[in-house]
Amino acid sequence: MAAIHEAAPTAAAGAMPARPGLLPQLWPFAALLALALLLPLTGNEYWALIATRACIYWVLVSGLNLIVGFAGQLAIGYVSLLTVGAYTASVLAAGNLLEPLHPALALAAAAALGAVFGVVVGLPALRLRTFYFAMTTLGFATIVTQVALAWQDVTGGGIGITGPSLPAPFDTAWGFYYLCLALAALCTWITGNVARSRFGRALVTTRDAEVAAEASGIAKPRLLILVFLLAGALAGFAGGLFATLQTYITPDAFTFDLSLLFFIAVLIGGRGSILGPLLGTLLLTLLPEVAAPLAAWSTFLYAALLLVIVLAIPGGIASLIDARNRRKLPENRAVIPRPELLPALLGQQPKHAGLTLRDIVLSFGGVRAIDGLDLDLRPGEVHGLIGPNGSGKTTTLNVISGYYRPETGAMTCDGGPLPAGDAVGRAARGIARTFQTPRVVGEASVIENVMVGATIEGRTGFLEALLSLPRQRREERMLEDRARQALQAVGLGALADIRADRLQHSELRFMEIARALMLRPAFLMLDEPAAGLSTDEIKRLDQLIRGVSRQGIGVLLVEHHADLIFEICDRITVLNLGKVLAAGTPEEIRSHKEVVSAYLGG
Amino acid sequence: MLASILASGLAVGAIYALIGITYNTMFATSRVMSFTAGQLGMLGGVLGSFFALRLGLPILLALPLTLAACALVGVITEYVAVRPVLKSLDQHLYVLSTLALALMIQQVTALTWSTEPQPFPRLLGIGEGVWDEKYWLPVLACAVTIIGLEWLYRHTLVGRAFLAVAEDNFAARALGLPERNLRIASYALAGAIGALAGFAGGQLLLAFFANGPLLNFYGFVPVALGGLGNNRGAVIGGILLGLFQQAANFMVGGIFSSVAVFALFIIVLLAAPQGMFGAPAARRV
Repeated sequence: MAAIHEAAPTAAAGAMPARPGLLPQLWPFAALLALALLLPLTGNEYWALIATRACIYWVLVSGLNLIVGFAGQLAIGYVSLLTVGAYTASVLAAGNLLEPLHPALALAAAAALGAVFGVVVGLPALRLRTFYFAMTTLGFATIVTQVALAWQDVTGGGIGITGPSLPAPFDTAWGFYYLCLALAALCTWITGNVARSRFGRALVTTRDAEVAAEASGIAKPRLLILVFLLAGALAGFAGGLFATLQTYITPDAFTFDLSLLFFIAVLIGGRGSILGPLLGTLLLTLLPEVAAPLAAWSTFLYAALLLVIVLAIPGGIASLIDARNRRKLPENRAVIPRPELLPALLGQQPKHAGLTLRDIVLSFGGVRAIDGLDLDLRPGEVHGLIGPNGSGKTTTLNVISGYYRPETGAMTCDGGPLPAGDAVGRAARGIARTFQTPRVVGEASVIENVMVGATIEGRTGFLEALLSLPRQRREERMLEDRARQALQAVGLGALADIRADRLQHSELRFMEIARALMLRPAFLMLDEPAAGLSTDEIKRLDQLIRGVSRQGIGVLLVEHHADLIFEICDRITVLNLGKVLAAGTPEEIRSHKEVVSAYLGG
Repeated sequence: MLASILASGLAVGAIYALIGITYNTMFATSRVMSFTAGQLGMLGGVLGSFFALRLGLPILLALPLTLAACALVGVITEYVAVRPVLKSLDQHLYVLSTLALALMIQQVTALTWSTEPQPFPRLLGIGEGVWDEKYWLPVLACAVTIIGLEWLYRHTLVGRAFLAVAEDNFAARALGLPERNLRIASYALAGAIGALAGFAGGQLLLAFFANGPLLNFYGFVPVALGGLGNNRGAVIGGILLGLFQQAANFMVGGIFSSVAVFALFIIVLLAAPQGMFGAPAARRV
């Protein structure tokens, strides 16, 4: 083993690469803030109005960005929440419904109601994706305006209502501007915190690799509801500020154009970025000012812009300013795992009763994909699962990891029953897995992808993440250190900060193993980990898998490479047409007549 | 009152059903839900009024012209907003590209036609009261479309090719079916169906640029409730939606009927995400 390391080419073996500082990523924000703070020097109150508007829009867009840019949910009609917030704040401050409230309380109520409606509108997204969610947000936008028009004695109908007016020092153009600027900066900070926390990583993973997110124990509904609450509250609050800025609101103020503006600002900015959508918001707020003669065509221009972005630059501004990922990667790099790091990473698994499957049956239509399967996976053993295509190997894996629900049969894990289905609960039981086609987030860095594996270990709450409190920061550091360790162990240490979509296929396979190891699992299931790997890489994979099993982890290995299987497995189960054809030690399998004649060639 | 609820409910229900079929026809060959479906219905009304009223053409000429123009819009949709994003269907970029195109269509209509509802001509001049043609024409159009589609799918080679592509795109291509041409044809067909909905319902909805998003939503509800790609579900769902909406309209007023439809939509979707007649989702792992 050591020989391989000495012969190692350029990559990996070296010292831990330096952590990239946050500073280079922060200076654009600092520069923008400095510019914004200097704006009053112009003394031009019209500019104050425009800049205030941009700040208010950003308060909304920063939350929407988490939904559209990070969670990948196409919330198009977000103007509806701005409307809800604006009317709530105005109605409560004016006292049309109750006693007049203090404007600050009215704004808080606007945020609260915005949060509630944020979840209501988002509900369909919990079960359905994309077009449905886009439609419901659009439908909701129409309804809110209709209600505002019809509920005359409260909202003033088509005549409108005065917005809340804030007390001094926020009652002047510049005073209000500074307030909105401070809030915009706050929103940048908190949404940035969410984005860089385990919540942000989980969001992006549910977007691009939902199955992997489930296997890592990420419950999408809970996560989305948190984000809908936050984005809804920000949108409602922005609505209150918007009403204050307008001083007088009618349903006409909340055109569909605004929805488009918010939505396109995120898309122009680029998915999974904070700076990009911020620049997008500024750009789109300023655009109508410089292109006043085209006012009638504004919807058309926004729509055309949307089409161009989608077809030409799906990455948005963020992809254009991402210099870090344009640097060339060394060619000829090799993945050199360092199994000697595994004990430190994984610890020793405590004694465990193992995983058993008894008499599992599962059919798809008329086909019995698994037909009475028994399987025992013991801690510290490598168990090979082989058989021809369609014999039920991957299906077995999917039954164990809860994606398929067997019709009959029982599963146990560490002596207790392992419930059928419930893919999200598997990580908590110490069951980790990789996939036949790597399920990764291409736009996130390698280390972020790997950190997702330990999401369920996060103890800090959403609020702590929002404010980046010390406990949250400690936890992040712990996860990051472990992820770097895991990457070193699988041999990808040098590539930790590279975007995952720049990696080669074989490297992605090792990255998935690192993600699974982050969980410090009791069981690791590998679905054809050697597919597409070179002979050398397979040898190194072999050592990695042995190293993992030495830490007391039960490894279930689905593979076609007979060499690898017979080399490292302690036990092998041969499947054919969903049934166990043979089971035993490699020697027994090697001399099993049917197996030899069918697969090994006798 | 019951008679007028039934008459107007069936009429708008038939229009929603037709828009639903428009969605489905595009979906069948491309797996894309297009935001242009409602705009096609809107264009059917606007172009119908343009040809028949503004240009004064006879109905027998105005109808085919409207259908042809919308078929062309359908083909343009396929070229501009669908084909470029088909290769990355899982990213759902089509939602954005078709939305963008739909908005462009709507905005051009608003600027070149009118931002106010314009009258739509009486087509046949038959019937009055609840038997007025404006109520039964959409129902007739819906029936003709269903029968026409059934005939197409069951008795013509092209129709069967459609079904094959809808069933399994890859297998159909492997059999040598001209998948791309069939897709273009289905978008043209969808354009004509949408136009027919707008044309037949023109006297009810008028020639109004803002009908697009409305039809988009109310046409999508039956599709979502009936199950994507399921025309029977779309028709049943559309008619039920129309009756429900008009009943609510008459009894509690327009705003509450919108709220009621919206609430119903969300509740049913949460209970049955695949729709009531839909097939379960494909395997993910």
